[in-house]
Amino acid sequence: MSEQNRLSVYKTYKLYVGGKFPRSESGRVYEVTDSKGQWLANAPKSSRKDARDAVVAARKAFGGWSGATAYNRGQVLYRVAEMLEGRKDQFVREVAASEGLSKSKAAAVVDAAIDRWVWYAGWTDKIGQIAGGANPVAGPYLNLSTPEPTGVVAVLAPQKSSFLGLVSVIAPVIATGNTAVVIASADAPLPALSLGEVLATSDVPGGVVNILSGATAELAAPLAAHQDVNAIDLTGADTALAKELEIAAADNLKRVLRPQPVDADGTSDSEDWPASPGTHRLTAFLETKTVWHPTGALGAAGSSY
Amino acid sequence: MPTTAPAFSDATASDSALRRFLFGLPGVDAVGLEARAASLGTRSIKTTAKAYAIDLAISMIDLTTLEGADTPGKVRALAAKAVNPDPLRYAPPRLSSDPLDAEPDRMTPHTAAVCVYPDMAATAAAALAGSGVKVASVATAFPAGRASLDVKLADVRDAVAAGADEIDMVIDRGAFLSGRFLKVYEEILAVKAECGTARLKVIFETGELSTYDNIRRASWIGMLAGADFIKTSTGKVATNATPANTLLMLEAVRDFRAQTGVQIGVKPAGGIRTTKDAVKFLVLVNETTGEDWLDPHWFRFGASSLLNDLLMQRQKLSTGRYSGPDYVTVD
Repeated sequence: MSEQNRLSVYKTYKLYVGGKFPRSESGRVYEVTDSKGQWLANAPKSSRKDARDAVVAARKAFGGWSGATAYNRGQVLYRVAEMLEGRKDQFVREVAASEGLSKSKAAAVVDAAIDRWVWYAGWTDKIGQIAGGANPVAGPYLNLSTPEPTGVVAVLAPQKSSFLGLVSVIAPVIATGNTAVVIASADAPLPALSLGEVLATSDVPGGVVNILSGATAELAAPLAAHQDVNAIDLTGADTALAKELEIAAADNLKRVLRPQPVDADGTSDSEDWPASPGTHRLTAFLETKTVWHPTGALGAAGSSY
Repeated sequence: MPTTAPAFSDATASDSALRRFLFGLPGVDAVGLEARAASLGTRSIKTTAKAYAIDLAISMIDLTTLEGADTPGKVRALAAKAVNPDPLRYAPPRLSSDPLDAEPDRMTPHTAAVCVYPDMAATAAAALAGSGVKVASVATAFPAGRASLDVKLADVRDAVAAGADEIDMVIDRGAFLSGRFLKVYEEILAVKAECGTARLKVIFETGELSTYDNIRRASWIGMLAGADFIKTSTGKVATNATPANTLLMLEAVRDFRAQTGVQIGVKPAGGIRTTKDAVKFLVLVNETTGEDWLDPHWFRFGASSLLNDLLMQRQKLSTGRYSGPDYVTVD
């Protein structure tokens, strides 16, 4: 069968909200081009109502996801890596086009992103020991601290690292039991929208990750002011936007992650994404619960745990 | 006791006369009805109109709790919420010269009523005394209605004695579906007599009547028997209020007033959870029966979670920020 005889089947990129693939409520799309300005596809241009719907979906999913055992969440995250492995070619193609990389460089990026899921899958049932534990206290008490997920986290994905950077900001948020509303890179949203298709087939419950594409500032503003969003990751915001969002986020005391800006425009895109990420993104969206348990006579008798 | 309008006194003379009358009603065009309801649902209601609709919807709610697990404490909490739905007292949006916006700090209105089981009516009445919020009580062996007439009437008597201002009765669907329309009619008459000054809402349980034609017939039986309100459903079955069945009932009360001059209220209940849904129903009312029914005295929502969504939307309108369930009460 010759290539010429076949009509092209173009993909309609859609949002990923609440486990479904809606178009933008506004009906808008925008053109996505490759690094040389060639048209790649139309992506949905989400509105603030899409952002609101995504928060509702994320809130609905939070109880189940945060209540799942850490072991189970680890299995699900590992499953994401498995599914990505099977669709590697597609992601290599999209990353190469979006970021202007050669095929081999793009393949290295995708491999690193898959490994990143595995890395965070391993952390789900270990972060509790790192971020919590028994505290020595001056009294007859057994004192335990345990980290709990913050809630719904709005994530501004990096603008330039459209896939490895994206995975590096989503995975730590959901690994600890939060749910996420992600604003994909404005110029290179296609890998993010395709990731939604992978998440939908990876046992990740609908609503745990919600992916929106469109103008970052337009979507981030209502999310930062939203009273039902508990935290915001400003990785993809430039200096001016980050400042504005931090002010809006203060209104309901959101937890804000504002990474050290490393680029001229104030974003953190040139962060060394392939490097081992450490645990700071895992611990950024955790709340510590501390329990004081009286030991009674045991403590009074001079003994202790 | 209101008597049947003279124009229809023949219709209720006997079982066969009533059947003839009901089967003589025009058939319902199901496709047209649903299309009409759907097209009215596409109206865009924004800014000041939305603010008005939200406050109107709040004032039309019969805040309902009908659970086996209801406690006096829960009913009192619900009553407090009905009287003062938003203790945070958000200021309303002031966007135009609309007279509603002229009042600074317009308060969130109270709901129309609190709807409970008869044994909780006294608790609700005590908690709502002097507030202007009515006490509505379901009765007549709600929700199934499977009891003898004596038991049903005793149930109503109980609720009225406990201080209920409004009685929500269920019709005997078994009798209706087997064609004993006069039995349904006489039962409503008997309950109405028992109500005294309390207003009577007649629940058809539209989800169990299976056809639109049946809903139209049930509406007419209810109206002929002197119901003050006709109500879609109990909220206890799979299909509750839908825009289409509510539109059908609105057409029935419109036609009834045109023919007899008697105005009857409509109450959709169950399944209305969002502001968007509620506004769609208000559009139906305005376009079908007109402004006369855009009043808590003539139109109600039987709902519980709807109120929270309305309050969150109200907060969004006044602050510009999306609100969340942490900023409204749980029940």
